[in-house]
Amino acid sequence: MPRPLAVAWLYVRIGAMNELQYRANFIVALFQALLALAVALVVLSLVYAHTTELNGWTQPQLLCLLGIQILMGGVINAVIQPNMERLMEEIGDGKLDHALTKPEDAQLLVSVRELRIWRTIDLITGAIVIGVGLTQLHRGMAVGDWLAFALLILLGGVMMYCFLLILTTGAFWVVRMGFLPDLFEGVYQTGRWPIGIYPDWLRYSLTFLVPIGFAITVPAEALTSRLQENTVLLATGFAIVLLTVSRWFWRRGLRRYSGASA
Amino acid sequence: MTIAAPVRGQPSPLRAMIDFYLTMMRTAIQTQFQYRAATYMYLLGMVAEPVIYLVVWTTIARSHGGEVAGITAGGFAAYYIVWTLVRNVNIVFTPYGWEARIREGQLSGQLLRPLHPIHYDIADFAGGKVIWVLFYLPIAVGLTLVFKPTFDLTPLGLVVFFPAIVGAYLIRTMNLWLLGMVTFWTTRGSAIFETYIMAELLLSGRLVPLQLMPAWVQGIANWLPFKWTFFFPIEVLVGHQSATSLLIGLGMQVFWTAVGAGLVWLLWRASVRHYTAVGN
Repeated sequence: MPRPLAVAWLYVRIGAMNELQYRANFIVALFQALLALAVALVVLSLVYAHTTELNGWTQPQLLCLLGIQILMGGVINAVIQPNMERLMEEIGDGKLDHALTKPEDAQLLVSVRELRIWRTIDLITGAIVIGVGLTQLHRGMAVGDWLAFALLILLGGVMMYCFLLILTTGAFWVVRMGFLPDLFEGVYQTGRWPIGIYPDWLRYSLTFLVPIGFAITVPAEALTSRLQENTVLLATGFAIVLLTVSRWFWRRGLRRYSGASA
Repeated sequence: MTIAAPVRGQPSPLRAMIDFYLTMMRTAIQTQFQYRAATYMYLLGMVAEPVIYLVVWTTIARSHGGEVAGITAGGFAAYYIVWTLVRNVNIVFTPYGWEARIREGQLSGQLLRPLHPIHYDIADFAGGKVIWVLFYLPIAVGLTLVFKPTFDLTPLGLVVFFPAIVGAYLIRTMNLWLLGMVTFWTTRGSAIFETYIMAELLLSGRLVPLQLMPAWVQGIANWLPFKWTFFFPIEVLVGHQSATSLLIGLGMQVFWTAVGAGLVWLLWRASVRHYTAVGN
């Protein structure tokens, strides 16, 4: 296994062992996931009680989109966000030294140290919702469709990671950033609907400023035969840009950092 | 010649209470103002919820000749812009806060104070709201420019709006206090709290104006406290409510606040006996 992957895997195992001590949390997390899903399904059925199409999307198609939003939310809440929260705290407290002094790439380390294993329930519920949506669509998915979908989900995850890393890196300059999780949680809910329904200014913001459109609507396009080749190219290009920018910004932030611990 | 020193006796209990509330609120306003950047970011995150609902329902209204269940696009805009104002006011101390309060033993200090702790919460949050509402106003102007709401303001509605949001605030305070006190017996109040939020989303008009709900849901909503914390105060400002329905609404708010306060009083006595201090 390549070294970065081996390091990440090691942390995943430690994180899993840590959380497995608190098994009662699993029931709570499962309950929360089911409750959130129930509300989302009620909203969908309310919408489709009053219309047959929402901006061209039928109910099964929106079900696929909802599944992707839940799944991506699982990735963010289980892996990305916990690491970013810890990073933000450590920048503030000056405890980041512990990560910086280890003989591995610091960006890699700060991105893999935390894992909230119970939140991965959302990966399963999301996948089930996508499955139900696809069954209702009665659409044969070719191998190419699956590959495109997998690629776009991966790119979407990468973009959300870069976006959150850039925001968190801001903590090197602005210390009080505790509002970020709440703010992001609110904005992430926009992903529950195809971004085409939003007014232009919001749609562009949700694509290029906060890449929710790329992370959720675009993979859903792959499942609902809306995807155009250009979109795949654009998503790939934008992911590369974000990776580069976040790496550069992280390095600049590090230069601002001066430790506080001994 | 003697100059009598002004004798200051004990102020009357009511006067003392008013003084207490005003002082607490003033302190809360100053504290909240200190964190204005954080408050603003928090507000922006909160605005996402109504803006999403608003966009979804306006899209549907537009594709159906301009209205859904009798509500026009402008009507939805008005509903959700006022929604955000009402939401600002009806945010109260949550059971998550209770978990910390009890787990970390903060309650011990609060028990030593001369007044029932609920007064501190009510006054503290009420003061913070002055700032939240002030900060929301520019956002409301922005939303108005973008989504072009159609209001049907009446002078009576404008007058009743203030007591109506106070009522919404008090009902929610009582309800969440009741849920919060569950934490005296279990450290995991969150599951119960989230169930409450789900019921609230569906039955209060928080998710959609209640007219969009099936008739049987609207029927249930009439018998529960939720509706009076979102739908009623919003409708007071945007709707064309008769004087009678305004009066009934305020009456229901008084009723549910009283029920909640009674239950809080009962549960509080039992809870405090159960409480064991942790901390220093």
